[in-house]
Amino acid sequence: MKRLIILTSLALALAACTQPTPAPAPPPAPAPGPVEPAKEIVMYNWTEYIDPEIYGQFEEATGIRVIEDNFSNNEEMLAKLQGGAAGYAVTVPSDYTVSIMIEEGLLAKLDHANIPNLSNLAERFTQTPYDPGNVYCVPYMWGTTGIGYDTAVMDAPESWAVIFEPDPASPAYGRATMLDDTREAFAAALSYLGYDINTTDEAQLQEAKEALIRARAGLAGYDSDTYEDLIAAGENVMAHGWNGDFLLAQEENENVGFAMPQEGGVVWVDNLCIPASATPEQKAAGEILINYLLDPEVAAQNSGFIYYASPNAAAEAFLDEEFLSDPTVYPPAELLDRLQYLRPVGEVESLYQRLWDEVKSAD
Amino acid sequence: MQQFLRRHPAVQAWLLLSPGGLFLSVFFIAPLFIVLIYSFLQRGTYGGVVWQFTFENFRRVFDPLYFNTFLRSAYIAILTTFFCLLLGYPLAYFIASRSPRTRSLMLLALMIPFWTNFLIRTYAWLTLLRTNTGLINTALLSLGVIAAPLPLFGNDFAIIVGLVYGWLPVMVLPIYAALDRLDPSLIEAARDLYASSAQVFRRVIWPLSLPGVVAGSMLVFIPALGSFVTPAILGGGKSLMIGNIISNQFLAAHDWPFGSALSMLMMTLMLLGTLYYFRSTLKAEADA
Repeated sequence: MKRLIILTSLALALAACTQPTPAPAPPPAPAPGPVEPAKEIVMYNWTEYIDPEIYGQFEEATGIRVIEDNFSNNEEMLAKLQGGAAGYAVTVPSDYTVSIMIEEGLLAKLDHANIPNLSNLAERFTQTPYDPGNVYCVPYMWGTTGIGYDTAVMDAPESWAVIFEPDPASPAYGRATMLDDTREAFAAALSYLGYDINTTDEAQLQEAKEALIRARAGLAGYDSDTYEDLIAAGENVMAHGWNGDFLLAQEENENVGFAMPQEGGVVWVDNLCIPASATPEQKAAGEILINYLLDPEVAAQNSGFIYYASPNAAAEAFLDEEFLSDPTVYPPAELLDRLQYLRPVGEVESLYQRLWDEVKSAD
Repeated sequence: MQQFLRRHPAVQAWLLLSPGGLFLSVFFIAPLFIVLIYSFLQRGTYGGVVWQFTFENFRRVFDPLYFNTFLRSAYIAILTTFFCLLLGYPLAYFIASRSPRTRSLMLLALMIPFWTNFLIRTYAWLTLLRTNTGLINTALLSLGVIAAPLPLFGNDFAIIVGLVYGWLPVMVLPIYAALDRLDPSLIEAARDLYASSAQVFRRVIWPLSLPGVVAGSMLVFIPALGSFVTPAILGGGKSLMIGNIISNQFLAAHDWPFGSALSMLMMTLMLLGTLYYFRSTLKAEADA
């Protein structure tokens, strides 16, 4: 018995600290001639990022079943695909991650002949800086990162100072969250300090780190998945997060609002892409799904459901006026000028991560 | 063939062991070996490894930032083990002193929650501990016991509560096993020799149950030290344990070699601890 216990504890000890390290998958061979699309594919998506009814409609229209798997940040998805995870037909990286994935050879080139609905995209989404000409990806949704809040408890935050200058007298003190996302958290701090959100200057990053550490006093925690629900439920009062999430939470609680601080911040585009590890059959089915999601009516239905702005110009005819004129969904032009894309920072990324570890471990 | 095997029992034994051995080599030893090799390589900019030998990852392990997190994790794991023992020992004693039927029912009751997914059980605590909408604070506030919500969530307290709750059964079971095997006549003998209840416990029951206590403590301490789900959920992501740092190296920081080095360090320390325990119990058995 005792030996058994010792052996079990040994096994547990090893299990407790062993991290999975899968080997890279071999690249699939190019398909000879036309391929039969897969009958069942997996979409690797953010949580609550598609109208679930679309899957049923898609299966009815095409006979292809879609299963969804989720990730909560770009880095997690990237790590999994780099680790050799195969079997995903479609995934949804943000702009700067698309650049990384192209560079790392993780994305397959799209066959535009299979995606005729590509012509529905608004022009500025066909010439994005990270993938001009939609060679590897098709913009899916776009939005901004700002501050959501409980309108019944506090006024609209005008500046990032509400997060970076925590005030014990504020109703949001100790009832706020920040995104558990290195680049987004630094972008907020850098915007507050008036620096470029893609800076590679160490002194500026150190200053941003100090700001992030000061912010901790007012934070209940770091959260990228449930922050909007926590405001709707009355647990928290304020959260750093993505605009559409807060708008979606208004269905539960109409007092959830969203504001973009005057200093500006992040504008982002999430994109439908096909991993290089997809088989020709999965890729063919993935392209059918991408084309389906680009259908004006489907895109409008999807946007109206998840409350994110669609890059699909043809979809606007199917969206109601109230949605199209909502400044939190479609930021006005003068605000858009103050927003920037996150871009890959190359080697400096390890400095970002190191400083983020310091922020997260600070007392 | 059969005759050959009969004449060579060693070959027979190896053949019988080979499926398990193959499984272990492919799914346990080989991955472990990959982790070991990766820990001496350089990071690729966006994940993966660059095949260039370096000791840098192991130097960084002793960087105060990461080493302090390691110490903090050890502190949390020690407190978790202590509270598990404090709650688990009386419980094990209570169960062991019931009738056989009640005993099995109680053990079953102890194990049932353990069969539920750990993540779900941890989220369940969230609904209890949340600062402003959690059941405990709302109940205490509405009863007028407290005027402001207690800080129950997003701190070390919440992490330790979650860990103690999660690992209590593995503390109770070995202690129960040790107490169950304890010969009642030894207690009678002690009483006959006019030992008080306290003396009986201190000089007979406790020393004889010690192997169970040590085994239970290791079973709790080791997973508690490496935990990363509980601090991420109940700690609100605000206080990191070494498990979070390791998982971040893979899932966020794109630094597989450093994550591997941290894993190797943890494994080595735990292995040393286990070996020490193994040897000291062997010695104790030899002495007895």
